[in-house]
Amino acid sequence: MQPIIELIDVSKSFYTNEGEIVVLKNLNLTLEKGKVLGILGPSGSGKSTILNILTNLLKPTSGELIVNGKIGYMFQKDNLLEWRTIKDNIMIGLEIQKKITTEAVEKIDRLLKVYDLWDFRNRFPRELSGGMRQRVALIRTLATDPDILLLDEPFSALDYQTRLIVSDDIYKIIKQENKDAILVSHDISEIIAMSDTIAVLSKRPATIKNTYQIELTVDGERTPLTSRNAPEFKNYFDKLWKELEIYAK
Amino acid sequence: MQNSNGFNNYLRQQKRNKYTVILIQTLILLGSIVLWEVLARLGMINTFLVSSPSAIFTLFMKYLQDGSIFTHVGISVWETVLGFVIGTTLGILIAILLWLSETLAKIADPFLVVLNALPKTALAPILIVWVGPGIKGIIVIAITISLVTTILSAYNYFINVEEDKIKMLKSFGATKYQILTKLILPSNIGNIINITKINIGLSWVGVIVGEFLVSRYGIGYLIVYGGQVFRLDLVMMGVVVLAICAMLMYQMVNLIEKWYNAKNNSSKL
Ligand SMILES: Nc1ncnc2c1ncn2[C@@H]1O[C@H](COP(=O)(O)OP(=O)(O)OP(=O)(O)O)[C@@H](O)[C@H]1O
Ligand SMILES: [Mg+2]
Repeated sequence: MQPIIELIDVSKSFYTNEGEIVVLKNLNLTLEKGKVLGILGPSGSGKSTILNILTNLLKPTSGELIVNGKIGYMFQKDNLLEWRTIKDNIMIGLEIQKKITTEAVEKIDRLLKVYDLWDFRNRFPRELSGGMRQRVALIRTLATDPDILLLDEPFSALDYQTRLIVSDDIYKIIKQENKDAILVSHDISEIIAMSDTIAVLSKRPATIKNTYQIELTVDGERTPLTSRNAPEFKNYFDKLWKELEIYAK
Repeated sequence: MQNSNGFNNYLRQQKRNKYTVILIQTLILLGSIVLWEVLARLGMINTFLVSSPSAIFTLFMKYLQDGSIFTHVGISVWETVLGFVIGTTLGILIAILLWLSETLAKIADPFLVVLNALPKTALAPILIVWVGPGIKGIIVIAITISLVTTILSAYNYFINVEEDKIKMLKSFGATKYQILTKLILPSNIGNIINITKINIGLSWVGVIVGEFLVSRYGIGYLIVYGGQVFRLDLVMMGVVVLAICAMLMYQMVNLIEKWYNAKNNSSKL
């Protein structure tokens, strides 16, 4: 298998006036082509830090970073700009990279149509529901045509019902658009439902504590919803639950 | 769409409340003026000290007929407009510079805080000496009064823009300049309008203080001259004209704000 992203012995410390915080310690991580990698870890373990390092928002203190492809980052909050219409919000990445071409705009129009946002393209964010806003945020990320998507708890601001539907939507979009993805979450069932591989982080300073290959028997196409009905689902859930339980004490 | 009965009643009630408030306000205003006039005519108050509405009105008509009121109002309004436009623009530009360079902001901080605490009108005589009397000096006073608060409040608004949104733009590779023009400034237009409103008031203070000190024209000059020769009708007329001018200018910014909000609240369908 061809690695798309590789982190080799990556460490990261933050220096503050209160002292040094070692967040990541000799972390190794691989994302393979066509896969979704889930990162599960307790709160404050450094999950967002890993994604920030991958997008160059942060520099690792030591270690090596291999990224074969362009990265798109999707955040926990949709971060839509209230004074821009939906379409203008989606265009912002292209605007910043000065890549507004007819093809790019056509692609955005296609995404808007396929993902049921076409009728809302000239509306403002406040007129949309939380789930729709999250889809807009994803299309904003997709508009710049990334190969790899980094998703940092992208559903945690949504209520449970919406969350199930949106995670299903977004999973399908990722697959249809042929993207690789890293999904960060502390929701165990969500991460099983969406990932091919799950890396469990230890408490701070974080290293990879364990890695699980998720193999599920589903009828027909695998989606987060069908995954939840797979017979193996509960088994994985129990194992991962035990992994995290240690930190709850 | 057909509104329900309850909703129609609600709307009617709202309208009635609004009219009642306006009616009472008008009555209070007219009542005070009439009372003032009556008391003055009955000799129950000293017209030498407080003048009377009719005297003020007569004087106003005289200034209106020889056209001199236009000169005075025109000059004061011009000074005020220049004062707040320059003060606001310059203040925001400096706030942008501070936002661009955190080091600069740290260096400037104590100076700005001290300048902000200082009553700026105390500087007026010095400014007149430095810049010279006349319109130029008065405008500089007006600018000085609003500049520092503009810098401080605009900078404060700028640094309080959500960190997450900045991160989102950075993830697309945005430069600091792009973050400024695509996020910081557009997200603060409402705040900038508010700063402008406050600066109109401050600029009027600067202009009137400046005119008290040196001018031969302007509303401030009328007021201070009236005071010196004990013509209270002139003083009162100055104050009333000043109030009307300030209100009109404030309403103008209000209209701009309404237009901006309306533009932003309607979907472009
Ligand atoms: N800029 C920074 N300066 C200092 N400490 C930081 C900084 N950014 C993060 N940290 C610390 O690093 C640790 C890891 O943060 P990170 O945001 O990566 O955790 P996380 O796993 O994403 O947590 P959560 O599940 O709450 O999102 C936290 O303890 C945090 O306090
Ligand atoms: Mg996080």
